[in-house]
Amino acid sequence: MHIVVCIKQVPDSAQIRVHPVTNTIMRQGVPAIVNPYDLFALEEALKLKDKYGGRVTVLTMGPPMAEAALRKAISYGADDAVLVTDRAFAGSDTLATSCALASAITQIHKDMPVDLVFTGKQTIDGDTAQVGPGIAKRLNMQLLTYVSKVRSVDLENHEITVERRSEGGVQLLKTSTPSLITVLEGTNEMRFATMTNMFRASRYQIKVWNREQAGIEDVTSVGLKGSPTVVSKVFAPTPRAVKAEIIQCVGDDPKELSVTLLAKVFAKYPKLEKEIAKRAV
Amino acid sequence: MSEKFDVIVVGAGPSGNAAALRLAEAGLSVLQIERGESPGSKNVQGAILYSDALEKLIPDFRDDAPLERHVIEQRMWVLDDNSFVGSHYRSDSFNKEPYNRYTMIRAQFDKWFSERVQKAGALLICETTVSHLLLDGQRVIGVMTDRQGGEIYADAVILADGVNSLLAKKAGFHPELKPKNVALAVKEIHFMPQEMIEQRFGVKGDEGVVIEMVGKITKGMMGTGFLYTNRESIAIGVGCMLSDFKNQKITPYELLEQMKAHPSIQPMLEGGEMKEYTAHLIPEGGFNAIPNLYGDGWMIVGDAGMFVNAVHREGSNLAMTTGMHAADTLIELRSEGKEFTSANLKRYKARLDESFVMKDMKKYKNMPDVFHTNPQFFNDYPDLISQAARTMLTVDGVDKKTKEKEIRKSFRQRRSLFGLMGDAFKLWRAFE
Amino acid sequence: MSEAPEVKKPMGKKRIELDDRLKAYKGVWVFVEHERGKIHPVSLELLGEGRKLADSLGVELAGVVMGLPGEVTRSFCHEAFFHGADLCYLMEDALLTDYRNEPFTKGLTDLVNKYQPEILLLGATTLGRDLAGSVATTLKTGLTADCTELNVDLDARSLLATRPTFGGSLLCTIQTLNYRPQMATVRPRVMPMPDADTARTGRIIEDTLGMFEKDIITKVLEFIPDAMQDKPQLPFADIIISGGRGMKKPENFKLIWDLAKVLGAEVGATRPVCQAGWVDLERQVGQSGKTVRPKLYIAAGISGAIQHRVGMDASDVIIAINSDPNAPIFDFAHYGIVGNAMTILPMLTEAFRAHLATARKAG
Ligand SMILES: Cc1cc2nc3c(=O)[nH]c(=O)nc-3n(C[C@H](O)[C@H](O)[C@H](O)COP(=O)(O)OP(=O)(O)OC[C@H]3O[C@@H](n4cnc5c(N)ncnc54)[C@H](O)[C@@H]3O)c2cc1C
Ligand SMILES: Cc1cc2nc3c(=O)[nH]c(=O)nc-3n(C[C@H](O)[C@H](O)[C@H](O)COP(=O)(O)OP(=O)(O)OC[C@H]3O[C@@H](n4cnc5c(N)ncnc54)[C@H](O)[C@@H]3O)c2cc1C
Ligand SMILES: Nc1ncnc2c1ncn2[C@@H]1O[C@H](COP(=O)(O)O)[C@@H](O)[C@H]1O
Repeated sequence: MHIVVCIKQVPDSAQIRVHPVTNTIMRQGVPAIVNPYDLFALEEALKLKDKYGGRVTVLTMGPPMAEAALRKAISYGADDAVLVTDRAFAGSDTLATSCALASAITQIHKDMPVDLVFTGKQTIDGDTAQVGPGIAKRLNMQLLTYVSKVRSVDLENHEITVERRSEGGVQLLKTSTPSLITVLEGTNEMRFATMTNMFRASRYQIKVWNREQAGIEDVTSVGLKGSPTVVSKVFAPTPRAVKAEIIQCVGDDPKELSVTLLAKVFAKYPKLEKEIAKRAV
Repeated sequence: MSEKFDVIVVGAGPSGNAAALRLAEAGLSVLQIERGESPGSKNVQGAILYSDALEKLIPDFRDDAPLERHVIEQRMWVLDDNSFVGSHYRSDSFNKEPYNRYTMIRAQFDKWFSERVQKAGALLICETTVSHLLLDGQRVIGVMTDRQGGEIYADAVILADGVNSLLAKKAGFHPELKPKNVALAVKEIHFMPQEMIEQRFGVKGDEGVVIEMVGKITKGMMGTGFLYTNRESIAIGVGCMLSDFKNQKITPYELLEQMKAHPSIQPMLEGGEMKEYTAHLIPEGGFNAIPNLYGDGWMIVGDAGMFVNAVHREGSNLAMTTGMHAADTLIELRSEGKEFTSANLKRYKARLDESFVMKDMKKYKNMPDVFHTNPQFFNDYPDLISQAARTMLTVDGVDKKTKEKEIRKSFRQRRSLFGLMGDAFKLWRAFE
Repeated sequence: MSEAPEVKKPMGKKRIELDDRLKAYKGVWVFVEHERGKIHPVSLELLGEGRKLADSLGVELAGVVMGLPGEVTRSFCHEAFFHGADLCYLMEDALLTDYRNEPFTKGLTDLVNKYQPEILLLGATTLGRDLAGSVATTLKTGLTADCTELNVDLDARSLLATRPTFGGSLLCTIQTLNYRPQMATVRPRVMPMPDADTARTGRIIEDTLGMFEKDIITKVLEFIPDAMQDKPQLPFADIIISGGRGMKKPENFKLIWDLAKVLGAEVGATRPVCQAGWVDLERQVGQSGKTVRPKLYIAAGISGAIQHRVGMDASDVIIAINSDPNAPIFDFAHYGIVGNAMTILPMLTEAFRAHLATARKAG
C-alpha cells in the first residue's frame, strides 16, 4: 500500500506578532512548525503502514526551508519525501495549491501507484480545509473528510472503511481506493522517533521538484495566476468604541458590587431579566 | 546496528558548535546531539557577542550571521530604589568596521552557527537528549540517548552540554553544582518598533546600546541586571546567585518585575510587547570551580566547564574558544596517529592555560568570594552613591563643601572608615 | 504558500465592466443544510445575510434544498422563504438521503452550471466545508472559508469576504474577481439569526439529480448519532459562563458551574483551560473553538485575547471579571468588575439567586 501524506510548514501562529504601529506582520524569529493537524494525518498513515505494510511518502509545496517539515516526517517513519518548490507557486490560493499538489501526486503515482492520499483537517495559517477536497476532485478520487478512524483496508478489493465525523454524529463509510482522506484532529498521538529514523532523517536526500518536475505544464494554473481569489485588504480589527462600564461601589464589597451590577444590567436589558427568570432553575 | 563516529559532541550551543565545526572541517566524522527542537531553541543569553572568538572560527561571519546591533555605547548604572548614578561611554570609534561586539538573539544565532557546522559536514540530530555516557571501564566509548535504539559510539565525546552538565555529573567527572557557584538569570524580550528604539536610545541604523546595572535592583543579593538593544526588541534581565535567591525568598520573576518597575527603567520599556520569558543558570564559580576537563575519551568545554567571566559578562566567547581548543587537540592527536587517552588529552588543558581563557579565569579567581562575603557592595553602596549624587545636584542654598562633608559622613555611618578602605582593597585585590 | 495574504490590488479602475461570461451569473444562493430532519441554523443565518447582499445587488435570494423526496424536504423550502429567500431550487432524490460528497457535489455543481448564481454561500460546518471545497474545485472558482463579514463592492459587483488571518491577529478581505460564482463559507453563529416571517412565500424550482446508486462509489454503512446528553451545545446557548486561566486551578471551575446552574447556563472556557483539561474541549470558545452569540456572556479570569474575542464578541451582553484593570477584555465587554474572580463569582451567584427568587415571587 502506498500512502501520500500532504503536510505543510506553517509559522507557529502562537508566536506571530503584529507591529503595533504599522499593523504589518513581524515574522522575525517566528519558528516554523509542521501544521499540527497534519501530524494526525501522518500518524494515521504510519499506523496503516504498520498494519498492512507498504510505503508512506510525504509531500509539501512551499519554500525551500519547508524541507525541515519533511525531514521531521521522515524521522517519524515516512519513507520518502518530496518538496515541490518554485517561484511560480508564490501567492497560490487553495485552488492553485490543490492543483500543484494533485499534479505532484500524479508524478509520485508514476513511480509507485498511490492507494491513499491523506491530508490534515486544515492548516493553522490558511485555515480553509479546502486543499484536501480540492486535490480529491482534481485527481477524481473519492473524498472522505473529517475521518476520525480508518477501520479497515481491503487491499485485494481496493476497499476502505472509515468513520467520518458529521455534524450530529459519526458516519461509517465504505469506499474504494484510491481515495483522499482528511484526518480529524485528536484521533491519535504522534509516535516518538527512533534513533535509526533520526539518523535516516538527517541523511535523507529530499526530492526537490520544480514546476516542470512536478508535472505542471500550464503556468497559469498555479501561483497568483491560478488563484481565483485575491487578498484585497489586510487590516487590524477595529476596537469597539465604548469600553466596559466598570462597576464599583463603596468599599468594593463584592456582595454590594454584584447586586449593583445586576440592577444595572437588568435596567438596561429588561429582556435579559425575563429570559433568565424563564430558564433558571 | 549502532552507529560509530570519530567524535560525538553533546550540545549545539556556542561551545559545541565551535568544536563540531573545527572537527568537521578537519575531516573527522562528527555527530552532534542537541536536545532542543533546534539549535538555540532552549538557549538563553543576554546577549552580547564578542567578535574575536568567532572570527577565529568563521572569519567571514559578518557576511551572514544574524547580528542585531553593534554596540557603540556602554552604560554602567548603579541604582537605588528610585534613582541611578551612571557612566556612559560612547565612542564613534566603535562605529568603525570591523565591529568588536554585537547584540544578538541566541535562537537565531545558534541556528545560523549550526547551519555552518552542518555545511562543514557534521551530522546534527536534534530533539534528542543524551541520557548518559557509555563507559568501558574508565574510558568513554559513546553515548546513550533517550530514543529507542539510542546507543551511539565514538572515539571521543565532547561534553558541551552547558551549565549544570548532568552528563559530567552522572559520570562522576563533575561534582554537584553548589548554589554559591551558579547565578540564576531571568530575561525577557520586549518587542517594539525599530524607530522607537532608535529614538529612545539615540542610535541609528545598526548602532546599539548596552546598559549594565548593579545596586538595589538585586535586593542586596549578589548579582547584576542588564538591558540590551536589539534591532526591534529590547532584552532585559537580572541574575543573582542561586544561594541568595534561596535565602532571600524572592523569586527571580518577582525580582525582574520590580526591576522593570524602577522609575529609571520603566520608560525604556514602555510601548513594548513582552514576547519571551526565559530563565537560565550561569556558572559563576570562577577559576576555583573549574572541574577536571578531560579524561579517557572525553573532554568538557564551555559552560559545562564553568568557563564564564562574570565580571565582564563573558561566556559565549570562552565557550567558543574552549570548544575550538578541544577540537584542535583531537585533530592534532589524530594526525599524529595518537589515541584519545587521558594522557594525550592533557594537551587540551595546556592549550587553555596558554590562551586568554585560563589567564582571565585566574585573574578574577577571588571575585566570587569577595562579593559573597561582602553584601554591602549590592546594598549600602548603591544607596550611598546615589544619595551623594542627589546631595551634590540638589541646589538648595547649602554650600558644596558642607555637602561633601555630609556625604563623607553618611558613607562612614553606613560603613566605618576601615570598612570603606577594606572594601576598596578587597575589590582591588580581586580585580588584580 | 497558499493563503499568503500579500495584498494584490484588484486590477483596473473603479466601475469594472464585467465580461459577458461573468455577467450571465445573477443572484445570491444559500445552500440549505439539514440533517436528521432539521435545518441547520447556520443556513437560516446565512439567508439573513444573503438577503442583505441580494438587496444591495438588486437580485433575488435563493435557497438550495437537496434531500430525499417528501414533505419534510419540501418544508425546508418554506422555512427558507420565512427567512428571506425569494425562491428555492429543490432537488429531491433518494440518493440524497444521507450526506455523501459525490451526489451532493454533482447535484450542486449541476444547479450552479444551469442557473448561474453570482454568489454561493454555505455554512462552515463539516458538511459545508466538504461540499464547498469540492464544488469550488470542480467549478474552478474561488472560495473563501470561515468568513466573519460579507459585503459587496457594487462597482466591481464583487463579494468582499472578510476573514481572520495570521492566527486571528489580523483580518483580510478576499475577492474573487474573474470567476463565478463567488463562494464563501461562514461559521454558525457568526451572523445573526433573522426573524422568521411566516407570511412570506416563494417559488420552487425543481430539478433532478440524474444519478444512480451504482454510480456512487462511497456507501454509508451506518450512522451513529451523538448521544445528546454529554455534548454541550455551546453555539446555541442563551447564557454562557466562561472561565479562563485566571481561575487558577481546575477546582475553582466549580464556581463557574455553580453560577451556570443557577442561571441554567452553559459553561465555556478559553483554549489554555481546555487544553489543560480543566473542561471538555467541546467547551472552547474562540477562533479555534466555538463561535457563540448568547444573550449573556460572563467571562471570569479571561484576558480577552483576540482569538477568544472573535468567538464571543457578538454576545448581547458581556460581563467581565478580571483582576487586571488593563485586561483587554474590558475594551469590549459591556460591564466589568475589577477584582478576584474567586471572591466575586460566589457573590454574583448569590445575587442572581436572590434576584431570581424575588422575581419569581413577584411574577
Ligand atoms: C541571562 C544570560 C546572559 C548572558 N549574557 C552573556 C553575554 O552577554 N555575553 C556572553 O558572551 N555570554 C553571556 N552569557 C553566557 C553564555 O550564554 C554562555 O556562557 C554560553 O551560552 C555557553 O555556551 P555552551 O555552548 O557552553 O552552553 P549552552 O549555550 O548552554 O549550550 C548547551 C547545549 O547543550 C544542550 N544540551 C544540554 N544537555 C544535553 C543533553 N544531555 N543532551 C543533548 N543536548 C544537551 C542544550 O540544549 C544546549 O543547546 C549569558 C548567560 C545568561 C544565562
Ligand atoms: C491560532 C490560535 C488560535 C487560538 N484559538 C483560541 C480559541 O479558540 N479560544 C481561546 O480562548 N484562545 C485561543 N487562542 C489562545 C489565545 O491567544 C489566548 O492565549 C487565550 O485566549 C488566553 O486565555 P486566558 O484568557 O484564559 O488566559 P490569560 O491570557 O493567561 O489570561 C488570564 C486572565 O486572568 C486574569 N486573572 C488572573 N487572576 C485572576 C483572578 N484571581 N481573578 C480574576 N482574574 C484573574 C488575568 O489578569 C488575565 O487577564 C488561540 C491562539 C492561537 C495562536
Ligand atoms: N502547501 C501545502 N503543501 C502540502 N500540503 C498542504 C499545503 N497546503 C495545504 N495542505 C494540506 O491540505 C490540508 C488543508 O489545508 P487548508 O486548506 O490550507 O486548511 C492541510 O492540512 C495539508 O494536509
